[in-house]
Amino acid sequence: MRWLVSDMSKNKQTAGHKGAYTSQRKKEGEVRSCIRYRCGLTNTIQDVLNQRPGWVEVKDEGDWDFNWCDVGWLRENFDHSYMEEHVRICHFRNHYELTRKNLMVKNLKRYRKNLEREAGRLEATKCDFFPRTFELPSEYHIFVEEFKRSPGSTWIMKPVARSQGKGIFLFRKLKDIIEWRKDGTRSEEQRDEAQVESYVAQRYIENPYLIAGRKFDLRVYVLVTSYIPLKAWLYRDGFARFSNTRFSLNSIDDQYVHLTNVAVQKTAPDYDPEKGCKWQMQQLRCYLTAKHGFETVQTLFKEIDNIFIRSLLSVQKTIINDKHCFELYGYDILLDQDLKPWIIEVNASPSLTASSQEDYDLKYRLLDDTLHIVDMEGRLTGKEKRVGGFDLMWNDGPVYTDVGLEAMGCSCLVANTHLGCVNDRQKQLQQLLKPFPGQKRT
Amino acid sequence: MLDESTELSVSITQIVHRLKGTHLHSQLEKHAKECMHKPEIKLETLKDDVRRLLKESGWERKLQNAVYRELHILPPPGHPRAPPEHAKEPLEYMHKAQVSWEKRILKSLNSMCTELGIPLARKRPVSEQKELTNKWNEMGTDEPDLSKFRPVYAPKDFLEVLIGLRNLNNDRSEDLTVRSNWGLIQVSLNIRDIPQMRETYPELGLTYGQLGIDDHTHVPPDLFESEHILVGKKVLSEQDSAAAQQYSRQGCPTGLRAQLWTLILNTTDDPEVITHYEQLKARVIHHGLLVDNLIYKDVKLTASNDDYYFVFEDYLYQVLLCFSRDTAVLEHFNYNSATPPKSCVQSKSGSEQCAVVYPPNGVIPFHGFSMYVAPLCFLYNEPSKLYSVFREMYIRYFFRLHSISSHPSGIVSLCLQFERLLQTHLPQLFYHLREIGAQPLRIAFKWIVRAFSGYLSTDQLLLLWDRILGYGSLEIVAVLAAAVFAFRAENLMEVTSPASAEAVLADLSTLKVMPLLQIFLFATSV
Repeated sequence: MRWLVSDMSKNKQTAGHKGAYTSQRKKEGEVRSCIRYRCGLTNTIQDVLNQRPGWVEVKDEGDWDFNWCDVGWLRENFDHSYMEEHVRICHFRNHYELTRKNLMVKNLKRYRKNLEREAGRLEATKCDFFPRTFELPSEYHIFVEEFKRSPGSTWIMKPVARSQGKGIFLFRKLKDIIEWRKDGTRSEEQRDEAQVESYVAQRYIENPYLIAGRKFDLRVYVLVTSYIPLKAWLYRDGFARFSNTRFSLNSIDDQYVHLTNVAVQKTAPDYDPEKGCKWQMQQLRCYLTAKHGFETVQTLFKEIDNIFIRSLLSVQKTIINDKHCFELYGYDILLDQDLKPWIIEVNASPSLTASSQEDYDLKYRLLDDTLHIVDMEGRLTGKEKRVGGFDLMWNDGPVYTDVGLEAMGCSCLVANTHLGCVNDRQKQLQQLLKPFPGQKRT
Repeated sequence: MLDESTELSVSITQIVHRLKGTHLHSQLEKHAKECMHKPEIKLETLKDDVRRLLKESGWERKLQNAVYRELHILPPPGHPRAPPEHAKEPLEYMHKAQVSWEKRILKSLNSMCTELGIPLARKRPVSEQKELTNKWNEMGTDEPDLSKFRPVYAPKDFLEVLIGLRNLNNDRSEDLTVRSNWGLIQVSLNIRDIPQMRETYPELGLTYGQLGIDDHTHVPPDLFESEHILVGKKVLSEQDSAAAQQYSRQGCPTGLRAQLWTLILNTTDDPEVITHYEQLKARVIHHGLLVDNLIYKDVKLTASNDDYYFVFEDYLYQVLLCFSRDTAVLEHFNYNSATPPKSCVQSKSGSEQCAVVYPPNGVIPFHGFSMYVAPLCFLYNEPSKLYSVFREMYIRYFFRLHSISSHPSGIVSLCLQFERLLQTHLPQLFYHLREIGAQPLRIAFKWIVRAFSGYLSTDQLLLLWDRILGYGSLEIVAVLAAAVFAFRAENLMEVTSPASAEAVLADLSTLKVMPLLQIFLFATSV
């Protein structure tokens, strides 16, 4: 694989084939036994790739079959790389259409508008999972109008392209941001950046669902292997991240109360690294079911599925589809007191660094199953609805479980997602996958 | 010996006496009076008509539930000439051991008090009262200096006392034979073996559906789960306490568990319950107790460090601080082998000393005590409800885990049962562990004392506690401890030191409780 100016047409999928898996086999006549990978990160993914049988790391300028890169590398190199058909890379070229806060909102608003036009107002309300958001400075004036319409409300200001809670603050009065725009408490460097940087102002959700007085948000993992047609998988594991302090609207300056990113919590003065501030998704689901009953929670998780699907559909035509690309997104979801889920943001590079052994195990499983789905080894048929902890959520249309139809005795269709449910992936993988080339089945 | 019918009438008298004057009693009277105004009442059949109407309006069921609850906490029937201590604990040597243990604990508490110069109880200054009221919902944010406080005792101290128990009437030789006890408990109590337990716990058998087994992903729900949930809903709509208890033997569905447990325990939402809790809260605000610091320390050391329970820190303070001041808890000492500790209080003039129960509820918390409450936070978040459920569970079951008695659900019986099960069914393993100096009880004790709270994952723990409530006994805890050893027997046979044995059994968070119990009880060859 050499650096060449690419001809994008070469990447078009040929008609009729089922994806890279079988064509890879057909083309080369044998299953690839040694997979050369490149890895730009030094955390859990490094271990997963290292320990995968038959995978060998290549450094620097060597040819590779698989690249787990960071978005910086992608930005600089993607356009200049020629990738053979079997090659896989972990990002889509313009993923930022989904992951940059202002673009995500722009795409969602446009999608919603189209939906309203085509399918009516009721259908469009299914897209009301993002709070009122305005891009600044471009939408400053309509933002001010909205702001004045809801006096006393709290808003949150977020820089579009930063992560880990940096640069975020809350405000209630317009003068707070006018001051901020001028100079305020930001450093020189921040001010310079802000001149080119965009921000979004978003209506703050003032009534989050609290557990024992604490605010939390959900981190959920969604794997997209293709945008056209849209094929998306949902991971059963995930976690709820708690704020270290009790929620109160009194001190909006205390970012430790309001932001639940682990990165921010780590800097809070009473942060105790021995004290976990995460619950596994299963624990949360169990807790909510104990509190609100099975049906309510079932509905909630259906609504959460809806967020993933519609957000992906909203960028389906904007993202440049490429069969070499897959992407593992980390969705941040917030629940309010009425158990309505809201989208906070989508991360194209969810943190793979582990904060504890339990966290490491979760991320290891997640990445291992991601690689199973990417299937460089060609072990899948392409018809699977479940691989390890991933359930196929959308395959150019909704995906339903097989169990639902027969057992229920009625024709109600049950969605194939199991967020927060038992993840007995070992067993499932044993039944599903053939051993790695050169490995005996245990 | 009393004959059955006399026993029955004594019990009835006792229960009637206890229910008189309760909120339920006044409600029943009120409703009965209201019934009198109904047109269908006839003077000739007054009694029957009123009874019928009370039954139809659900009041009879409430009374049934209340009586059922009283039966749970009724002291065992005794000989009319037996002194009250015999009702609490018939075996002299056990009683003596408990008394001496209590003396030790109280001494330790008093010396801590003198050493640190902190009074056992003090009235809070007004400013402190105000502060505490404001911070009531977030006491966890407080960072008091707790370094000088130590827990009064830890489970392993208690274990040493149990190991030292001897029945002078039945001195067994120390030789290792088939008949001797290979374990640490060297007294004989009447405990059940597996064939007997199969008869006691038939609902855990292989032919019965179970939550924790038959709600697994691979089992289609209409084989058991859907039906079971429907039955659960029916039990709740009937509000039948006894039925709920029976139902719980096969597990409570997550969405219904909170209501089912309150039904089994008959903890109601009566205004008197809420008032009682508010009164306790007021007492906490007005007076500080030395044991408060012990509670803080315990919560900080155990529940706050737990991956799942850390969120509930504030609730734990709200429950445990009130619990310490709840004199209604003293009632349970009628059937508890323990006696509430007394401390001397100097009157204001300094001349008189009188003994008062300290702490007011008679229960000195030990290291890990807060773990009895933590799992309940998962089900209840109104403080008064959480409180009532915890208190009821404590006075029915948990108290037996830290007082020395011969009761079948008492800690001594549970430990002995655990060791006996291991010795009978896994003799090779027991022998091996003994040889390397790793007595199994030393590892299992901490699980048993806490009824596995903090060791199992929450959903599994709740399934276990479903059965404790369902069968009204803690015996299942001992069985589970043995089943865990059986499950990890292969790895344990390979260890060569006590530390490695501990390591094999350090993490129980992945265990599935019900399959382990089922296999151990019903698939072990006897």
